[in-house]
Amino acid sequence: MERSFIAKNPSVLWFLLALAVFTLGVTVLSEAMGSQIISTSFLKTLGKTLCLCLIAIAMDVVWGYCGILSLGHFAFFGIGGYAIGMWLMYARTHGIVVASLEQGVLPPTPDEITHAVGAQIFSVVGSSDFPVIWAFSHSLTLQLLAVVLVPGLLALVFGWLAFRSRVTGVYLSILTQAMTLALSLYFFQNDTGLRGNNGLSGLQNIPSLDAIPQATLSLWFFWASATALALGYVLFAWITSGKLGSVIRAVRDNEARVRFLGYHVESYKLFVFTITAMVAGIAGALYYPQAGIINPAEMAPIASIYLAVWVAIGGRSRLYGAVIGAATVSLMSSWFTGGSAPDINLGVYIIKWTDWWLVLLGLTFVAVTLFFPKGIGGLFDLIPTKKEDRI
Amino acid sequence: MRRLMIACVLLLSSAFTASAQDLQFLLQTHAEEIAKPSRNSVGVVMDDLVASGLPQVTVFLEQWSDKNVWQRDDGIFVFGIADVDTLTWTSIDDDSAGAATTDTHKQLKPNGGVRRLIGTALVQFQLSDPDLARRETAVASIARRPDASQLAPLLASIADEVDPDLKTRKTQLANFMSARFADDDVDRITAINSLSQDTSVEARAVLNQILTARTGVALEVPGGNIKAVLDPFEDADASYDSLVTEGLAPAAQTPNQIRQTLEANIVGGRIGGIPIAQLSDPALREAAYAALASDGLVTPLITQSDRTAALNAHVFYVLYAEPNAVITAAAEVALDTVEVQVAVAQIADLTLDALSLASIFFLAAIGLAITFGVMGVINMAHGEFIMLGAYSGYVVQLFIPNYTVSIIVALPVAFAVTFAAGVAMERLIIRWLYNRPLETLLATFGISVALQQLAKNIFGTQARPLTSPDWLAGAWVLNDVIQISYIRIAIFVLALIFLGLILYILKRTRLGLEVRAVTQNPGMAASMGINPDRINMLTFGLGSGIAGIAGVAIGLYAKVTSEMGSDYIVQSFMTVVVGGVGNVWGTLAGAAMIGFGQKGIEWFNPSNTLAAQTYMILFVILFIQFRPKGIVALKGRAAGD
Repeated sequence: MERSFIAKNPSVLWFLLALAVFTLGVTVLSEAMGSQIISTSFLKTLGKTLCLCLIAIAMDVVWGYCGILSLGHFAFFGIGGYAIGMWLMYARTHGIVVASLEQGVLPPTPDEITHAVGAQIFSVVGSSDFPVIWAFSHSLTLQLLAVVLVPGLLALVFGWLAFRSRVTGVYLSILTQAMTLALSLYFFQNDTGLRGNNGLSGLQNIPSLDAIPQATLSLWFFWASATALALGYVLFAWITSGKLGSVIRAVRDNEARVRFLGYHVESYKLFVFTITAMVAGIAGALYYPQAGIINPAEMAPIASIYLAVWVAIGGRSRLYGAVIGAATVSLMSSWFTGGSAPDINLGVYIIKWTDWWLVLLGLTFVAVTLFFPKGIGGLFDLIPTKKEDRI
Repeated sequence: MRRLMIACVLLLSSAFTASAQDLQFLLQTHAEEIAKPSRNSVGVVMDDLVASGLPQVTVFLEQWSDKNVWQRDDGIFVFGIADVDTLTWTSIDDDSAGAATTDTHKQLKPNGGVRRLIGTALVQFQLSDPDLARRETAVASIARRPDASQLAPLLASIADEVDPDLKTRKTQLANFMSARFADDDVDRITAINSLSQDTSVEARAVLNQILTARTGVALEVPGGNIKAVLDPFEDADASYDSLVTEGLAPAAQTPNQIRQTLEANIVGGRIGGIPIAQLSDPALREAAYAALASDGLVTPLITQSDRTAALNAHVFYVLYAEPNAVITAAAEVALDTVEVQVAVAQIADLTLDALSLASIFFLAAIGLAITFGVMGVINMAHGEFIMLGAYSGYVVQLFIPNYTVSIIVALPVAFAVTFAAGVAMERLIIRWLYNRPLETLLATFGISVALQQLAKNIFGTQARPLTSPDWLAGAWVLNDVIQISYIRIAIFVLALIFLGLILYILKRTRLGLEVRAVTQNPGMAASMGINPDRINMLTFGLGSGIAGIAGVAIGLYAKVTSEMGSDYIVQSFMTVVVGGVGNVWGTLAGAAMIGFGQKGIEWFNPSNTLAAQTYMILFVILFIQFRPKGIVALKGRAAGD
């Protein structure tokens, strides 16, 4: 008998409930609601953390469930950010330029506007022409499509090439890492048309919403991030719990056996790789307007490794584990490196957390890998459930 | 009048007091021309001075040109340096010296034209000066600013030149100058033809000087040595601009000017009868401007067809500065020949560059090839071992100031440090994860992060120097195009040594045999009495130790920072994967492919190394599609799956 979706995924209800409570709590305590407890900048940090949780569950599906250790998902995240950033930057600059040109005696021609916008955006790389890839930047709809489609297409092509030639395991990890490096180097170049290492900036200002204070905007983005995380969680829980999920897990455990059973393993892997890349793009598109700036350094290979580490620390093969890992590590990182953590005075030497946090973090990865392969999420296994009382 | 009398008296008296060997005597016979020289009158003086053959003439001409010659009230010339009002003087002919006030002396200030003549006269003296250093300076100064007048003295000085090196240089320089300045066209063409075998920058500069050309525009093709007639529509805007600068066409109105003109002619909210609000349409703007022009209020718009007509009416040409077409033709041929040779030399230079890049990749990757390839363990901290080796070298240099000794000490120290680090990591972490390769990646990444931050805490964020000994400084220069620094040669040699060493260890020693046995089948190896734990530990130590030595080598030419390892890690992995895992030759092939590939791509777009890296990675990703096991793939049971 087919069990219901909720019955198969008891964690979904709990997760959604926790997320709703958390969102409600944060909303009530936020500046936009008149409270001073959660400042706007901390609200943005929380919103960004939710986006990181979203990409972490995507990573968990592709790695924890399907066994593909992709070191490229942060690149997809970055592409999503760039895609939305192009619209944000274009539309906002366009608004400002049009407003200033209309101060003149003559109304501006379309050519004059395009030229002035181009000069405004690309003067940092010594150009004023719009590169080809900005062709759709005037349209929010098209750029939103790009947020999903560009990472999706890239993952589809890359995955098709890689899975087709049966590149697996560590090799695949290195290959995805190489792809990430190539992408970030590509974005670093000035003549790519994405402003080189300057990246895109001013993304926190949403065009035509200038009148709304940042406190409110941040809250909206926080809600959007929470909704996206909830939807992503349900989507991935649904994918991983059905028959599809069983095949995906079987691929992780023994690819050859699944292939011999007649399944087209490559299609399953490609599906997982592509859909998680698309979700990563969405997470990036929500993250960078809250961060305000995106540059190619964000897409460096190391970011994707950190992503894997979050999932490992949180616990693989359980979606809530990825959420816990991403939230814990990223929040702790920003707390320790933000300088607000108290220094430890040893008398002869003062341990400054800004200097020593990464050492601690690195050693924590090692300890978690060696001693707690199930991660923090493994703690939930200790809670006894009724069904499995005694057999 | 009084001065003239004094001069006459002096002339008479000096005839008695001074011998004919004195320069002063000669100078007094031309006192007037020397005191107030002009370009026309000074020629006679020069000729007499040169003809006299006196040794003091060189110094006198130099001092004269430098405005250090003064004339006393009694007409006698002295060398002098003025300090406010006091003049420290020395005699022109002997060592007598003294001080006087500047009131009694007058400084000689030859003008620019005269100084140039003095310089020319000087050249022949300097070129045959007994002092080698002075001759070399003279030749160098001619080479810096060649002038037609210097050719004859230079040619004349060659025969008597005693220093063989300088003689070669003089001949070469004379050849360069003949190509440009010789009177006889046959001489010039001979000289030009001889330059076609010379790839030096100087020779190419000479040819380019001969081929100097300027673009011009006129109604008809003018006479003279025309290089080419240009198509004005290749870059129509630039062509029209040159018409405007030549005054042959009116300047086209810029969009800004048009707007300003329109704004200046608003009548009752309308321009040329069109309401202002509609003027965001370019076509309506044009119509408004045309309306204004037809009313005679503004100059008519220069339209595209006006511009085309103007361009068609004129000829755009490139005119050689050299009037003789035979000579420019010979120079073009010579330059083409030279450029072919230069291109060949550049390819050779690029090959050397690629070779050195490949050896760096090889050094960085060979340690990884052992740990990753032979043991199947992915070590993300490999880059940090490279860094550790480089910092070991830096610390050794702090204690041993002699760079040669310190490098010799640093290599084994770096090996020892990273060997120990590698063994410790294998014992403490990796051996627990042998059946979970993906998790080794995470654990070693943790080590990598921690080590990087530790290095930052200890050594700071700024780059530390790892200074190479003097005998490694500089470069091996084959010619102006091909050169390679000694450090890169040393790295190449080091890479070769390590290739040999590793092959020897793996193929010829007991350890190597055991390593290969454990690689192929650990269980079987263990049952034959090999201790796999020990072998794994030693293999990992060896791979890490080589990373340390690579660190010293890389630190010698790049900067030592806590992040230097991460610059190499991805490339190293790619090298191993492309080459084929578990094979030293594979790593060599991978390093060669990536090194040569990257340099080859850079050649197409030299300004952009980032693009070269990007395309190289894309190439590697595609390459893996076709040879997933790398260039040198293991076959049969050794392949392991």
